[in-house]
Amino acid sequence: MTQTQAYFAPVFADDGATTVRERSGERQAPGNRSVAGSAAGSDSATQSRGDSATPGSEQSEHEAKLLVRNLNFHYGKFQALKDISMTVPANRVTAFIGPSGCGKSTLLRCFNRIHDLYPGLKTEGELLLDGQNVLDRRVDVNLLRARIGMVFQKPTPFPMSVYDNIAFGVKLYERLSRREMDERVEWALKKAALWGEVKDKLRQSGQALSGGQQQRLCIARTIAVRPEVILLDEPTSALDPISTGYIEDLINELKRDYTIVIVTHNMQQAARVSDITAFMYLGELIECDATDTIFTHPAHRQTEDYITGRYG
Amino acid sequence: MTSSRNVSARQQQDLLGANEREQSALRRNGVIDKLFEKGTLTLALAVLVLLATIMGSLVAAGWPAFQELGWSFFTGDRWAANIERFGALPAIYGTLVTSLIAIIIAVPVSLGIAIFLTEMCPVALRRPLGTMVELLAGVPSIIYGMWGVEVLSPFLRDHFPALFPAGTGLTTAGLILAIMIIPFITAITRDVMVTVPPMMRESAYGLGCTTWEVVRNVIFPSVRGGIVGGVILGLGRALGETMAVTFVIGNSLFLNPTLTGQGTSIAALIANQFPEADGLQRSALLLLGLVLFVITFIVLAIARLMLRRIENRAP
Amino acid sequence: MNPVYQRRRRLNRFVMVLCLSAALFGIAWLLMILVSLLIEGLPALSPSVFFERTRMSDGGLGNAILGSLVMTALATAGGSIVGIAAGTWLAEYGGRSHLANTIRFINDVLLSAPSIIIGLYIYAIIVLPMGHFSGWAGAASLMVLIIPVVIRSTEDMLLLVPGTLREAASALGAHRWWVVIRVCYTGARAGIITGILLGCARISGETAPLLFTALNSNQWVFNLNSEMPNLPMVLYQNMTINSFIPAKVELAWTGALILTAAVLILNILARVISARKG
Repeated sequence: MTQTQAYFAPVFADDGATTVRERSGERQAPGNRSVAGSAAGSDSATQSRGDSATPGSEQSEHEAKLLVRNLNFHYGKFQALKDISMTVPANRVTAFIGPSGCGKSTLLRCFNRIHDLYPGLKTEGELLLDGQNVLDRRVDVNLLRARIGMVFQKPTPFPMSVYDNIAFGVKLYERLSRREMDERVEWALKKAALWGEVKDKLRQSGQALSGGQQQRLCIARTIAVRPEVILLDEPTSALDPISTGYIEDLINELKRDYTIVIVTHNMQQAARVSDITAFMYLGELIECDATDTIFTHPAHRQTEDYITGRYG
Repeated sequence: MTSSRNVSARQQQDLLGANEREQSALRRNGVIDKLFEKGTLTLALAVLVLLATIMGSLVAAGWPAFQELGWSFFTGDRWAANIERFGALPAIYGTLVTSLIAIIIAVPVSLGIAIFLTEMCPVALRRPLGTMVELLAGVPSIIYGMWGVEVLSPFLRDHFPALFPAGTGLTTAGLILAIMIIPFITAITRDVMVTVPPMMRESAYGLGCTTWEVVRNVIFPSVRGGIVGGVILGLGRALGETMAVTFVIGNSLFLNPTLTGQGTSIAALIANQFPEADGLQRSALLLLGLVLFVITFIVLAIARLMLRRIENRAP
Repeated sequence: MNPVYQRRRRLNRFVMVLCLSAALFGIAWLLMILVSLLIEGLPALSPSVFFERTRMSDGGLGNAILGSLVMTALATAGGSIVGIAAGTWLAEYGGRSHLANTIRFINDVLLSAPSIIIGLYIYAIIVLPMGHFSGWAGAASLMVLIIPVVIRSTEDMLLLVPGTLREAASALGAHRWWVVIRVCYTGARAGIITGILLGCARISGETAPLLFTALNSNQWVFNLNSEMPNLPMVLYQNMTINSFIPAKVELAWTGALILTAAVLILNILARVISARKG
């Protein structure tokens, strides 16, 4: 019963044109080269990956950034994800909602193969990033993670200075001069709306910031690597309402340049920040549709029950 | 957890359209990754090699003595190098007796101090006193030995001449060992006692239990394994201790089945004779070392198993 | 008052008095040791103790202190490298595997193995083949003693680094080795240094393993290939074969005071570092 809606890919006719313009402006970032060549931008990257959608073409508003096909996931003997198929469109915010233990975080963690860190976990199926199956063992997982950034539930500042926190990820694949790195750090912090608060504390420990600042630092750190997709795993669950507001504004800003996938247990948040919402229950994808539709006319009874607060 | 990386290195890599610099960085990092894991593994395996070579070298070096002396090595009651008689019994007896005396004195005192530190002592004093105990556990053992020969044994000789005609002896050594392991056992006992969740302690107090009843019925039962482990660890220390014992045990090489008389221990005998030993005597002393290692290995293994169980439970 | 309660209260008071006296008893002994250390050791303490070498009569402890420093430093350096690497493997790669658990267990046993056995071991594998005592052998025996300490503390401290930090670093595309070096080591630095200092404190007071490895010498020795003067052995010899010379015994107490002070300072330093981090 879950399959009928699974291949849904939304059409957003109203702002397709702006999307293209904004995306081609993405390379305002200092530095000369994206990490792995994004869909828009540098020529060499586009050439090296001929089969994916050409930037600027008519289809770009429909373009599927991530395509999930028949994904199954096992923690040892326990099957946490059951035959998930869905599309994550480019430059949109996709939210996963559902009760605790429904597998939404597990699915998110498949996208950058962070599960590979632990033994005994098994992923089956296909996960296409710009048409390329990233679950293929031959795909270099570290490079994949540089292209698909992730922000975690609790802030995870590294035990080093604010500056070094940002520079950490950048240094992994790029060799920048001192000045370029300074510019990159400033750019990332500005993008994460944190620059004003920390510009005088760049040499202080990242762990000395407040919780909300730490989480924005983690977002800045992720942006600094210039990924194409940003995964957010309940990014505000450990934060106060004001910090949550900051982060939500930030998400709205970031979707112009990035494809965003967010897991949240807060339905209002999903309604506020996302364009597409996927409802999961007991490891299955029940429904995936435009956020407005999900919250006003859900196709499934379970979705409606969850949204109206009958369980969860 | 590394299987996917290993596979990716062996097969043709798919690099998601990385440029040349990134590709070389990836290749370099992949190699370092493997070297790092293999390198650290090699040094971790060094621990096993260490144990094996300790055992191996002592067996090899002690083998000639065992061939020469046979089982009489373990049953002989006299160690006399000049007539090539090497009976380990006096040393084994001295080792066991001094350690037992030490444990009998140290355990109640250590438990008392630990209870005092965790349950009775004013909160402001807990940390400084606890730190002091831990610091004293680090005082080098030779200091205890020096104090024993300079202060304790003259005191015992002058005040209890009937029991300690020379001041030195097995009981004196046991006493010094006890003083040495008290801070050690206390520190471990205190550590395991504070792992008891405060809720459990509070709910017992909430029923109207007295301090002693809480300790006896709630705290001790839940950390019994840890305390026993700590005590056995202290025993292991006492068994293998050299410097605190050598000064005060009397170094008599005859089997003296009294508790206060002079005697020797395995470690003291080795320390005294090994530097000048040669030939059969040296081999016999190395064999004696093997005996000590086996005894302490068994004791320490038991202690560690009991402590592991507590540690796995601790928060 | 309720008689049952009264009996319980009396028992409690009795036991508490016992605990208190145990505490006083234990602390009294230990204070006595520290006090005698000060009384016996202070009078002979003077700058010349640090700058003059040991002699048949008179002299200072300079060469012994230097020798101890050299051997302890060598052992600490070598032992830290091996110990940190092995501890890293246990924490980051070993997990709960059979091999890792075996290594952990053996390491815990070696952690408190009698130090005189380590002396015999080094004698058998280094001194005997080389044919003479040496500073290298002394340093090697101390290194064998410090390795288990560093392994244990490194593993414990790395396990305290939250797994989410490792995930976050991996999620940026960092390789495993870089995550360990840049993130885990940085997070566990204070704890690892504390472990090394505690291990260093332990080996700097060890006497038994030096008896048949480094032995001792009255000279200023800069050659690690020969017998090496060291403080614990000077104490031992002055209190045994030289104990009929009062000046020697007095010098030994001064040495004991210096040794204890050094060990306590290392211990306190270790505690300060770990407390500042926590």
